[in-house]
Amino acid sequence: MSADHVHPVNFDPADPGHDPHDHSDHEHRAVRLGIGGPVGSGKTALTAALCRALGGSVNLAVVTNDIYTTEDADFLRAAGVLDVDRIEAVQTGACPHTAIRDDITANLDAVELLEHRFPGLELVIIESGGDNLTAVFSRGLVDRQIFVVDVAGGDKVPRKGGPGVTTADLLVINKTDLAPMVGADLGVMTADAHRMRGELPVISQSLVDTPDAPAVADWVRAQLRTLAAVS
Amino acid sequence: MNLAALMIADSRFPGGGHVHSGGLEEAVARKLVTDERSLRSFLVGRLRTAGALSAVFASAATRGRYAELDAEFDARTPSPAQRNASRVQGRGIARAAKRAWPSPVLTELLRVTPRPHHPVIVGALVGDPFEAAQTVAYHAVTGPATGAIRLLGLDPFGVNAILAHLAPEIDAVAATAADHADTAPEDLPAPSAPGLDLLAEAHDRHHSEEVRLFVS
Repeated sequence: MSADHVHPVNFDPADPGHDPHDHSDHEHRAVRLGIGGPVGSGKTALTAALCRALGGSVNLAVVTNDIYTTEDADFLRAAGVLDVDRIEAVQTGACPHTAIRDDITANLDAVELLEHRFPGLELVIIESGGDNLTAVFSRGLVDRQIFVVDVAGGDKVPRKGGPGVTTADLLVINKTDLAPMVGADLGVMTADAHRMRGELPVISQSLVDTPDAPAVADWVRAQLRTLAAVS
Repeated sequence: MNLAALMIADSRFPGGGHVHSGGLEEAVARKLVTDERSLRSFLVGRLRTAGALSAVFASAATRGRYAELDAEFDARTPSPAQRNASRVQGRGIARAAKRAWPSPVLTELLRVTPRPHHPVIVGALVGDPFEAAQTVAYHAVTGPATGAIRLLGLDPFGVNAILAHLAPEIDAVAATAADHADTAPEDLPAPSAPGLDLLAEAHDRHHSEEVRLFVS
């Protein structure tokens, strides 16, 4: 600041008190788990189930991406599974896949804000906005990703492929309880899924039958152990 | 034009710009922008105010003095939502730049202001006063233009033509800004648009009441 130009209050951006939002210098990095999948497949319900199943033993937080950001965040808050300040909502500029894949800046900002707010954070679940089968998380944003499809979306979804179905670390076939009602063949879905994914795992589940998603929660715990061992 | 300027101006640049509409989303919600004609009017207004302000600061930032410019930009941006949008985008560019263009200049900039205003870091990275000003002046209109395509479904060829036809005005804004490269930070011009300030604040307020798809 030049000597002849003095502000009555301190506007110096180098002053640590100036910018309450700066969180660029953090040391700890939590494991980042992406949950993606088409609209209505049950991403938010799975996220809530994982919070219930893991919240007692794992220090975790959630980043939600629109399009119904407010509703998803409200859903998680109403479910009472997570403190409000452990949920950060991200706007994606009407492009949910861009925000998790091509330009992950807003999501990284949210993750780092949570890491700064909760020192020792172990897991951040990043739930994508509802998208289509071409969506996939960038490896620059997440360490592991789950792709969620549902029985009611049609039993041909797994064979249609796309990077979510074929490359996600875990594929979840959700809402299996609805199969008889929508005429979906679960056997075809799982066989197609395994054919498309090779050795990668597939879990079929119904949150009506098992509200805390035990199989997926076990898989997440195993990933946390693996990632902790290599870091 | 140098490659850094082209890359930063590219809508595929991963600097977080795609989640900002520069007030366009709020203007659309209020039916102030409904078609190509009203979009053009919005863009011209934004270019001559927020765009011109960004341009002079990008130009001046090619000469250093980052902390002063950062504070002076704050002083010329009365809307807290707009100040935050500018810093969020500046920090987004910083994240990309640390990997793409590491340099002593960038290190010094981020030392004095870890979350710099958008035009300040663009000026530091581009280096040439006119090209830096041109880059941010263009950025001031491309974000809202893309937002209009996404929110209103406008014809992308029509919107692209609007941007192309703004070229003389963008270059004029950049040329004026380039003349201010060596102006003392406190003496830089302060073009302002109270309408955009109000839209930015309203956008922020409405976030808590209804869904907004863009951060700003």
